[in-house]
Amino acid sequence: MSATTPRAVHEIGQPRREPPPSLIAGPLAWMRTNLFNSWISTAVTLALGYIVLRLGFSFIDWGVIHAVWSVPNTPAGTPDPAACRAAHGTGACWAMIGDKYRFITFGRYPYEQQWRPLIVIFLFIGLFVVSGMRRFWRKELALIWIVTLVVIGTLMWGGILGLPYVGQDLWGGLPITLILSTFGLAIAFPLALVVALGRRSTTMPAVRLVCVLYIELIRGVPLITLLFMSSVMFPLFFPAWLPTPDKLLRAQLAIILFAGAYLAEVVRAGLQGLPKGQYEAADALGLGYWRKMIFVILPQALRLVIPPLVNTFIGFFKDTSLVLIIGIFDLLTAGKIAVAEPIWQAYATEVYIVLSVVYFLFCFSMSRYSRGLEREFRTSARR
Amino acid sequence: MSASATAEQPAILVDKLNKWFGTLHVLRDVSMTVAAKEKVVVCGPSGSGKSTLIRCINRLETHQEGHIFVDGTELTDDTRALDTIRREVGMVFQSFNLFPHLTILENCTLAPIWVRKMPKAEAEELAMSFLTRVKIPEQAKKFPGQLSGGQQQRVAIARALCMRPKIMLFDEPTSALDPEMIKEVLDTMIGLAEDGMTMVCVTHEMGFARQVADRVVFMDQGEIVESGTPHDMFENPQTDRLQLFLSQILRGH
Repeated sequence: MSATTPRAVHEIGQPRREPPPSLIAGPLAWMRTNLFNSWISTAVTLALGYIVLRLGFSFIDWGVIHAVWSVPNTPAGTPDPAACRAAHGTGACWAMIGDKYRFITFGRYPYEQQWRPLIVIFLFIGLFVVSGMRRFWRKELALIWIVTLVVIGTLMWGGILGLPYVGQDLWGGLPITLILSTFGLAIAFPLALVVALGRRSTTMPAVRLVCVLYIELIRGVPLITLLFMSSVMFPLFFPAWLPTPDKLLRAQLAIILFAGAYLAEVVRAGLQGLPKGQYEAADALGLGYWRKMIFVILPQALRLVIPPLVNTFIGFFKDTSLVLIIGIFDLLTAGKIAVAEPIWQAYATEVYIVLSVVYFLFCFSMSRYSRGLEREFRTSARR
Repeated sequence: MSASATAEQPAILVDKLNKWFGTLHVLRDVSMTVAAKEKVVVCGPSGSGKSTLIRCINRLETHQEGHIFVDGTELTDDTRALDTIRREVGMVFQSFNLFPHLTILENCTLAPIWVRKMPKAEAEELAMSFLTRVKIPEQAKKFPGQLSGGQQQRVAIARALCMRPKIMLFDEPTSALDPEMIKEVLDTMIGLAEDGMTMVCVTHEMGFARQVADRVVFMDQGEIVESGTPHDMFENPQTDRLQLFLSQILRGH
C-alpha cells in the first residue's frame, strides 16, 4: 500500500508549457532575431547600416549644414546667387527654391492673382479628404463635387465677380497637375466600370466588341503618342466650323481615355474574382442586370481590387507629368522652366528634390488611404 | 398524386425538356408537373441532371429544346417574363450565396426594396418576421461571415421568403453543412412545407422526403427514371437503378 511505484503519468495541474512566441518581444529581442541571428546577417546588417548612415550624413551635410537658405538681392533687385555659387558642390542652394517657389507652384499665372490657384489647391485637397471619408459616401457627395468644380472653374478663369479673366494658356504648376489627374481619374473611373461590364456582356456581342477594341487599341499605344495625337493631329481632323477644343482639354481627354482603358481591366479582374454564386443569387432574386451590378457585384468586385486600383491611380497621378512634352505647364514643366533661368541653371537637383517631395506626398497619401480602406472593409465584412 | 394537385393550373410544367452542355446531353426529354402547394423531392446520383433541372426552372440555365411554364408563364428569352417568374420563384443554393458585404438584414431587404418597391421600414419589418421564423432574429445586424453554415442557410431561406414567392426551389440545401447543422435547416424547410409552400427540393435527405414530400422523382443520366409517393418509391422500387441508388444512399446513412 505504501509502496508507491513511480508511474509515467503526466501530472495534472502542472502541464509543461513554454511561453508563447509573442512574449519574446522588445526591441532588443527583435533585433537579435531579425538583424543579428547569424554571422552573415550580422555582417550584412553592419555593412548596410554603414552605407545608410554615410548617405544620411552626407545628405544632411549637403542639404542642411552647408546649405544656402537665402541670398541677398543685387542693387538691381534681382537675387545675387554669389553665395550659392560659392557653396556649389558642398551645399544645397535652397535660396533658389525660395526665389522660384511661386513660379513652380503656379506657373505663369499672373503674380497678383496667384491667391486664386492657391485656394484651388486647397479646394482640391479638401475635396479628396471629404471624398475619402466613408460617412460622406452618399448622393450629396456628387453635389459637393459639382459645386467645388464650379468654384474651381470660377477661380481659375475669373472674368466674373470682379475677378480679372485669366486664359488657360496662363494656368500652370500644381493646379494643372491636380486638374489633369483629378478629372482624369474621376471621369475615367465610371467610364472604366461601364467598359469592364461591357467587355463581360454575354447578351450584347456588339457592345463587347466595342469595349474590347477600345481597351486593346488604347493599351497598345504609349500615353505620349496619345498626347501628341491630341495636341497635333486632332485639330487637323476637327471640323473647321466648330471651335477647336483647347490644348489642355484635349490633353485631358487623352488622359481620360488612357486611364479608362487601364482601370477597366483592373475592374474586370475584380468582376472575375467573384464566385459565380453571387451572380446567381442576385439573378434568382430577380434583381435584374443593373441592380445586380450596383448593389451586389460591383461593391464586392471593387473591394477585391483596391490595391491594383490605387496602384493605377498613383501611376496616373505621376503620368500626368508627361504633358510636359506637349507644352502644358504642369508642376514638372514649371520646375523645369524655373531651372532654365540663367542664374539658377546649376541648381536643378534642388528643384527636382522639391518636386519629388510634392509628388511623394500625394502618392503616399493615396497609398496610406487605400491601406486604411482595405483594413476597414476587412473588419466590417469578414467572409 | 396528392389532393392539392387538382388545382386548375400547375405551378410548374416541364414538357419534353432537352439540354446540352456542349455536346454532353444532360437532360433528356424530361417532363414533370408540379401542382400548387405540392412538395416534390428530386433525387438521383451525382451527375444525373437533377440540379440542372431545377436551375432551368428559374433560368439560371437555359434549355435548348422543350418548354417550361412557371405559374402559367413560359420561360423564353423574353427578359420581362423572366423577371416576373424570378420574382415568384425563390431559390436556396447549396453554398448559401449570401452577399458577404451586406448585413443579414440588408441581405433580406435588398430585393423587396428594389424589386418589389417596398418602403424600407416595411421591408425591414418583413425581414425581421422571417428571420424570427427561421429563429435567428438576433443575428440581423451581423455579416454572413460571422454566422455558422446552418445559420447562413437559414438566412438564405429567409432572404428568399422575403420576396413572398409562390414557389421555392432548394438545390441540395444541406449538402455543404456539417452534420450537426443539417437538422436546423431541415426543420425550417419542414415548417415551410407545413405552411403550404410549393416546393421542389433536390436533396439526399430521405427522411425529409418521407416526412414532407408528396412525390419523389428519381433521375439518372439526365432522365426521369421513376416517380411516385415516397412510400411507393422507397418500399417498392420498380427499377434496378432506383434500387441500386437507394441501397447506396441507405448504406451511407
